[in-house]
Amino acid sequence: MIAYALKRIFVAFLILLVVSGLTFSLSHLSADPALTIAGEQASDEDIEAVRKLYGFDRPIVEQYGNWLGRALQWDFGDSFHYKAPVVEMISGRIGTTMTLGFLAILFALVISIPLGTLAAMRPNSFIDRFALLIAVFGQALPTFWFALMMIIVFGVWWRWLPISGNTTWAHFVMPTIALGYYATPALMRLTRAGMIEVLGSDYIRTARAKGLSPTVVLFKHALRNAIIPVVALAAVWFGFMLGGSIVIETIFNLKGIGWLSYDALLRSDLPVVQAIVLIFASFYVVLTLLADLLNAYLDPRISVR
Amino acid sequence: MSAEKDIVLDVQNLKVDIPVSAGMLHPVRGISFSVARGETLCIVGESGCGKSLTSLALMGLLPKNAQRSADRINFLDQDIQNLKEREMARLRGVKMAMIFQEPMTSLNPSYTISNQLEEVYLRHISSNRAEARERAIFLLGKVGISSAESRLGQYPHQLSGGLRQRVMIAMALMCGPDLIIADEPTTALDVTIQAQILHLLAELQADFDMAMILITHDLGIVARVADKVQVMYAGLTVEEGPCEAVFDTPLHPYTSGLLRCIPVPGKTAPGQPLGTVPGIVPNMVGELQGCMFRNRCEHATDVCETLPNSATQLANGHAFTCRLSPDAATRSEGA
Ligand SMILES: Nc1ncnc2c1ncn2[C@@H]1O[C@H](COP(=O)(O)OP(=O)(O)O)[C@@H](O)[C@H]1O
Ligand SMILES: [Mg+2]
Repeated sequence: MIAYALKRIFVAFLILLVVSGLTFSLSHLSADPALTIAGEQASDEDIEAVRKLYGFDRPIVEQYGNWLGRALQWDFGDSFHYKAPVVEMISGRIGTTMTLGFLAILFALVISIPLGTLAAMRPNSFIDRFALLIAVFGQALPTFWFALMMIIVFGVWWRWLPISGNTTWAHFVMPTIALGYYATPALMRLTRAGMIEVLGSDYIRTARAKGLSPTVVLFKHALRNAIIPVVALAAVWFGFMLGGSIVIETIFNLKGIGWLSYDALLRSDLPVVQAIVLIFASFYVVLTLLADLLNAYLDPRISVR
Repeated sequence: MSAEKDIVLDVQNLKVDIPVSAGMLHPVRGISFSVARGETLCIVGESGCGKSLTSLALMGLLPKNAQRSADRINFLDQDIQNLKEREMARLRGVKMAMIFQEPMTSLNPSYTISNQLEEVYLRHISSNRAEARERAIFLLGKVGISSAESRLGQYPHQLSGGLRQRVMIAMALMCGPDLIIADEPTTALDVTIQAQILHLLAELQADFDMAMILITHDLGIVARVADKVQVMYAGLTVEEGPCEAVFDTPLHPYTSGLLRCIPVPGKTAPGQPLGTVPGIVPNMVGELQGCMFRNRCEHATDVCETLPNSATQLANGHAFTCRLSPDAATRSEGA
C-alpha cells in the first residue's frame, strides 16, 4: 500500500510539472501580454517599455522558471486589469467555488446512489424506468438551459429562491442543483451497472447462503463493492464541477473562481487565467490521486497490481 | 447403520421450472431423496442435468425467476416450502450450509477472512466477538490451514483456490450445521488438491456428525465416501441406491456408461482415453416424454418412448427407472 501510494504521488508530481509548462506556454501563445497591459492607444515605445518592465523580452524558459518559482511561493503576480495581487483575488473567492462544487457533487451522489441501487435491485421496474428518465434528462439538457429554467420557475414566477449573488445559503440551492444534476446521470448509471453486476456475483450468493439479513447483504456485501468505481468517478466529476462552475457562477452571478475566470478571459487578464488554470489543474490531479488511494484502501486487491 | 435413522432432510418430488424465451424449462423434474445424520448422499450426473438447481432449491437460493414445487421438503421435521424468506434466513448458515463450486469468486474481495468467518457466527449464535474468533481459529485448524491466526487478517485474493475452498468449508461449519451441501466443491481446483479437499469434507462430515449432500464428478471419491448414490439425468433420478449396490451392479445404462468413464487401477493403461457417454444432455424446454436418455442409449427400443410409471425397486433401496431388463445394462459392462 505504501509503495503503491508513493508511486502514485510521484506520477501526480510529474503530471503537475507538465501541466504547469503547458499552462504557461499556451497562455503566452494566445495573446501579446504587453499589448494588453499597455492598452489600445499605447505607442510602440510604451509597449516596449511594458515588455521590459514585466520581463516579456526574456527567453521563454527563463520566464517560465521565474513564474513557476513564484507560483510555488504562492505568488502569481498582479492582475493586469485590477492591479491587485492575483492570490488575494483568488483566495477571496475560492471558498464560494469549493462550496458550490462540494454541494453539487454531494447532491449528485445523494440522488444517484440510492436511485441507482433501487434500479439495480429491480431492473425494468417502475423505479428503474424513473431513474432512467432522470438520467436521460440530465444528459440531454444543457446545464445553462436547465439553470435558466430554474431561474424562471423558482426565482421569477414563484420567487422562492434568490437568483443572483452568494450572500446566503439559499443562493446556493439552484446553482447546486443545476451543477449537481449534470453529474447525476453518469454516477447513477455506474451505480446501477455496478450493483447489478455485484448482486449477481457468487459472493452475494454466499452471503445469502450464510443467512445474513437482506440489509447486511445489500449494504455490507454489495454496495461496498459497487461503490468503489463510483467514488473514483465522483472525484473526477468534482474536478469537472469546478470547470462547470464557470457557466453556473456566471449565470447566477455567484462570485467564485468560475466567475472570476470568465471575467479574466474576457479581459485577457493573463496572470489571473494562469493562476486559475494551474490551481484547478493541481486540484484535479490531487483529487484523482486521492480517489486512487481511497480506492486502493477500499479494494485491497488494487494495491497488489 | 441403525434401523432408526435420524432423517435430516426428506425431499419428495422436487421440481424446478424456469421460464425462458423458448418456453418453460424443466431442469429438475421431480426428484426424491432423503439424508440422515451422519450419512453422505452423493449426487452424480453430467453438467446441465439439474444438480446445482436442486441444491439451490433446497437452500431457497434459486434465481428469482425460477419456480420450485415439491410434495414435501422436510428439513429437521419441518416442511420448509412455505417458510418466509426471513425464516429461511434463520436456517441458512446455521442448520443448513452450502459450499459452492467457485472458491475464487465465492468470498467477498473486500473483507478479511476473519470478518467473513465470524459474521455468520455473530449473526446466528452469539454476539461475542472473542468467541466467534475462537471458533474461526478452531475451524481453520480443522480444515487444515496452518497458522490460522495470521490467515485471519488476510484478504481472499491473498489465498490460493485450495485455501479459499478450505475457508469456505470452515465458514459452512461455523454454526455447526445439521446438513451440509457441497456442490462440486473441487471442480475448479487443481487435480492434485481435489482429492485432499474431498477427503477433508468426508472426514469433517463424520467428525461433526452431519448429513452431507455431495455433488461431484469424481466417481472415485463417490465410491469411497458415499453411503447412498443418486444418479441424475435430465432432471430426473435414473438410478439410486446404496453406494456398493450402484457401483457393483449398475442397472441403468446411463449409470454403467458413467462408470465406464472412470479409470480402473490395473486395467486402464496410462494415457489411454477413458470411455465417455456419447452425445449431449437434451434440451429440457417444453413437455418432455419418455426416457430422456434414449437417443444416447445403445439399447434403446420403441418402449423407451414412454417412461415406466414408477422406478423398479430392488432390495436395500436400490432402484432404477428404465424399461429395459436390468441385464441389458450389465451386459454392456462386458462383465
Ligand atoms: N437462471 C437460469 N436460467 C435459465 N436456465 C438455467 C438457469 N440456471 C440453470 N439453468 C439451466 O438449467 C439446467 C440445469 O442447470 P444446473 O442445475 O446448473 O446443472 P448442473 O449443476 O447439473 O450442471 C441447465 O441446462 C442450465 O442451463
Ligand atoms: Mg452445477
